[in-house]
Amino acid sequence: MSIQEITIPLPRQITTEPRRSDKVFRSVVTAGGLSSLLLLGLIALFLGYRGFEVLLQEGLGFITHSDWSISTDDAGNVIESHFGLAAMLVGTILCSLIAVVIALPISVFCALFLNFYAPGWLRKIMVTIIDVMAAFPSILFGIWGFLVLMPSVEYWSKLLHKYLGFIPVFDMQVPVFTRSPFVAGVVLSIMIIPIITSVSREIFSQAPLDRIQAAYALGATRWAMIKAVVIPHGRSGVIGGAMLGLGRAMGETVAVFTVLNIVFQVNWQMLLGAGGNVASLIILKFGDASPYEIKALMAAGLILFLLTLVVNALADLIVKKTGKSGR
Amino acid sequence: MSTVITAVPTKPWKASKRERGLDIAVFLVSIVSSYAMVALTPLKGKLAYFVIFFIAYATLTSVFKATQRGSAAAKDALVNSLVAIGAIVTVIPVASILATVLAKGLPGISFGLFTNDMALATPTDPLNNGGLLHAITGTLILVTVAMIISVPIGILTALYLTEIKGRFTGPIRFLVQAMSGVPSIVAGLFILSAILYPITKAYSGLMGSLSLTILMIPTIARTSQEVLNLIPNELREAGTALGGTQWRTVAMIVLPAAKSGLVTAIILGVARIAGETAPILLLTGGGDRVNANAFNGPMGSLPYYIWKSFNAGSPEAITRAWAGLLVLVGLVLVLFTLARFLSTRKAAT
Repeated sequence: MSIQEITIPLPRQITTEPRRSDKVFRSVVTAGGLSSLLLLGLIALFLGYRGFEVLLQEGLGFITHSDWSISTDDAGNVIESHFGLAAMLVGTILCSLIAVVIALPISVFCALFLNFYAPGWLRKIMVTIIDVMAAFPSILFGIWGFLVLMPSVEYWSKLLHKYLGFIPVFDMQVPVFTRSPFVAGVVLSIMIIPIITSVSREIFSQAPLDRIQAAYALGATRWAMIKAVVIPHGRSGVIGGAMLGLGRAMGETVAVFTVLNIVFQVNWQMLLGAGGNVASLIILKFGDASPYEIKALMAAGLILFLLTLVVNALADLIVKKTGKSGR
Repeated sequence: MSTVITAVPTKPWKASKRERGLDIAVFLVSIVSSYAMVALTPLKGKLAYFVIFFIAYATLTSVFKATQRGSAAAKDALVNSLVAIGAIVTVIPVASILATVLAKGLPGISFGLFTNDMALATPTDPLNNGGLLHAITGTLILVTVAMIISVPIGILTALYLTEIKGRFTGPIRFLVQAMSGVPSIVAGLFILSAILYPITKAYSGLMGSLSLTILMIPTIARTSQEVLNLIPNELREAGTALGGTQWRTVAMIVLPAAKSGLVTAIILGVARIAGETAPILLLTGGGDRVNANAFNGPMGSLPYYIWKSFNAGSPEAITRAWAGLLVLVGLVLVLFTLARFLSTRKAAT
């Protein structure tokens, strides 16, 4: 009998400390995630930094005045400058409101159709069509809107003016119907229909199935069911979707620039061929702008950025809230 | 003795032949009345047919249902027609856009278009001069560079939101959503103010790509996040149970499982930026010559080419613009179909 030495392995150290590879992984992913935060901050910071001088110079007048002029001497020094965004802001709001007013009922009806009326095969096709529509480049909408849609819209606005001219928004003194905010609004409405439709569809499809079936079991017609169950459930979600559309419409550049006649005058008459749009202003003036004017454009960009950010954030909050309060 | 009762499937809710016939009759009467109205009254135009047909159909069906089954049924019938109109009005623009692009773009498409650039031609030249080779290569380069930057960032953001779920999950999800609403022109201005003016001081493809990156990141991040959320948690648990670190679980189990979904996310991101015009106008300088170097010199691209040709205004230039649009739309549709194909195949397995 010989004594054998047995080595007992020490118990393994158990720890919740992540390995080195995990630490690296976590920090890389966190850095990636935080980059979006960083980017948004940087956008506001740089546009603010560049536009600061102009914003300081113009003060509140930058959003309340509507003339945009700059005169320089031969050496390129600024003699006099007036930068005011009022007309452009009014135009931006007018165009995007028209777009939402047109697009909202169409999209809601379309979403109802897709969820509660369409047979499966038709729904599949239409959802694809709407997704494709959302992926179309904006320059396509712009050129199509200018060459194909505008003649028809002009005719519609003449009809509106003729028969509904007594309503102030359809009234105008000079009969110029081309390139009006209304035309831009119609083009924008086509661009935001897919957004509002897909948000509404999503919200409607979350409507509680048991209540839908209960409504049918009580003998409700389809519309009675929708009125009693789907609309109360989806109302605020649809509003959120409309605001998402509004945000998109406000920031749209090329499509609006192609169809809209930009005039530096506050104009609330939607059928008159004179409007404004902050984003289009930037494209319009960028080409031959002096360094000082570029700063003004940066300030305009900052205001547009903040405007769309607020609208989008609100929209997101509203949609999220309805998503959660599902039943 | 027992009687055998065989249940015959019946569908009592189905419309009888008589009801069906009446429905069709109402439809036909509406068509006839719309034609009659256009012919007899001063209302003219395609719109008039459409509107009168709709009004006639909606009122006729509602009245008809009201007489038969009361006011609830009448309201239902009215909403039926409203809903149908919503769907039709949504589809019409797409059909019109596709038809116009095909009709106007096809005459401008030729073989030479894909082998020449515009270095020796202007948009108003006859169509057989010049082409859009520079624009196609430019767009491909812009998109590739933008992809190289935004795909890692986008997917890392999605991983942070789904795998790490750290302290910043809420704010980052919110900001990604907000970022997807950043107007493209603002993205362009940002690159202009932050990089082009202070650092490089010259137009180049890289500047355009950087601005496209800002627009592409949120699309990729949001779609990938949805895809990663669909990966069953059991897979992650299994990976950890086998002793894998989180890094290895994500890299060897979660990401491969989500592969086709992530590819879809990338393709959707590319489709989103391929036709983006506003930042391209500000940043790339839009050269007319094939330029393969993204870091130096102005770079043409499809949107810029379309924009320039459209603004030149002559019939040849407009045809060029439509041809460019056709190529661009074709590109977007191909990407889109690819994304669809990949994501449905994923759902099937």
